[in-house]
Amino acid sequence: MKAPKFRYVRAESVAEALKLLDEYSEDGRILAGGQSLMPTLNMRLSQPEILIDINRLDDLKGISLDGDTVRIGALTRHVEVMKSDIVREHLPLIAEAIPHVAHVAVRNRGTFGGSVALADPAAEMPACVLALGGTLVLESVDGKREVAADDYFKGLYETERRDNELLIEVRIPSQKKDRVSVFLELARRHGDFAIAGIAAYGSVSGTTVNDMRLVYFGSEDKPTVGANAIAALNGKTWSDETRDAVTAALESDLDPMANLHGSAAMKMHLQKVLTGRALDAAIERAGGAQ
Amino acid sequence: MSEETMTISLTVNGEAVTRTVPVRQHLVDFIRTELGFTGSHLGCEHGICGACSVRVDGDVVRGCLTLAVQCDGAEIVTIEGVSESGEIADLQEKFVDRNAMQCGFCTPGMLLTAAELLSQKQEMSREEIREFMSGNYCRCTGYHAIVDAIESINNTRLKG
Repeated sequence: MKAPKFRYVRAESVAEALKLLDEYSEDGRILAGGQSLMPTLNMRLSQPEILIDINRLDDLKGISLDGDTVRIGALTRHVEVMKSDIVREHLPLIAEAIPHVAHVAVRNRGTFGGSVALADPAAEMPACVLALGGTLVLESVDGKREVAADDYFKGLYETERRDNELLIEVRIPSQKKDRVSVFLELARRHGDFAIAGIAAYGSVSGTTVNDMRLVYFGSEDKPTVGANAIAALNGKTWSDETRDAVTAALESDLDPMANLHGSAAMKMHLQKVLTGRALDAAIERAGGAQ
Repeated sequence: MSEETMTISLTVNGEAVTRTVPVRQHLVDFIRTELGFTGSHLGCEHGICGACSVRVDGDVVRGCLTLAVQCDGAEIVTIEGVSESGEIADLQEKFVDRNAMQCGFCTPGMLLTAAELLSQKQEMSREEIREFMSGNYCRCTGYHAIVDAIESINNTRLKG
């Protein structure tokens, strides 16, 4: 179908975009990469009064290293994240996840910030930012504020972002060299929306797991920390017994949404399988015994 | 609400064009209906099928997920442009040799995506080629012949 009528403004500065956002509030939509917004317009699932195009705001582009923090500008495109040496070296979890983000033509256009800000439940980047303890910088005409990823994702497309706020950048602590990360997802076709997925980050010594963080996506209404699974895992030696305890605990962390890709029970099963695979991989990557 | 329009100037297949377009018109409708380049096809119109792939400032993108007004000042190349320049003449010939198409609807998008793969000048396994091409649907061939053609030209060019 064709998009409904809307007004269009190409913002020439962050200040102009913020002013328009403040004026139109929930009737305005930020047009960044457009790879999620445009389908909803073409299918007439949304009907904003005005699109505020931020694509020419170069201030919001780029990846830089600031001490122990990687700063990713909201308008940085997925392809740039994929090709970034900084990301490869300091954020291996994201480097591992980014090839799973859609397809080449979508990665050429879609933005890192757009994905995080929108918080699609099947998206890879929100889960990674949550697993790595990132912080989102939001700005409105009233000023900037920082929101921890832990506090940002509220529900199905519900986030801490207010209608008049624009995501400016995402700050992610560099992964520590003595830690390991693993990213796994299951999709029907490479690059399609995830049916189930996990982002894991923590330390492994031999076969003992510590400070491991497990974030699940694809099956839930938002990227979800597996708090009970983590409690059953940390401090333990990875064994069949630990695997059983962790996957049993996971049942109280997740509440999978059934859809065309599968039932809630199937998705729960897949998340358990991925949990086992992710920990097997983490042990192997840390150099421990299989 | 009245139809808002905007005047844009851009380069399409090497020619400068200026047009006044509805702001809600996406790039492929603009290219097809305003400029008459009908090689870019409109399939799903929500970013899944890849038939509308076009090149914007050197990168292949979904034409249905980009507004024409966003391309003000941009350089657009469509399948007509790459056919004219001969950039992928070898690949096009190989598509014919290998029967890498039947109805042809997906072919322009396949070729433009494959052109980006070839431009990387990297050795790629069949599995990697399939992953790279995974955003383009073909409902006729079963993909095998398409992968054959791309693999063959990628290997030939790397030897070249």
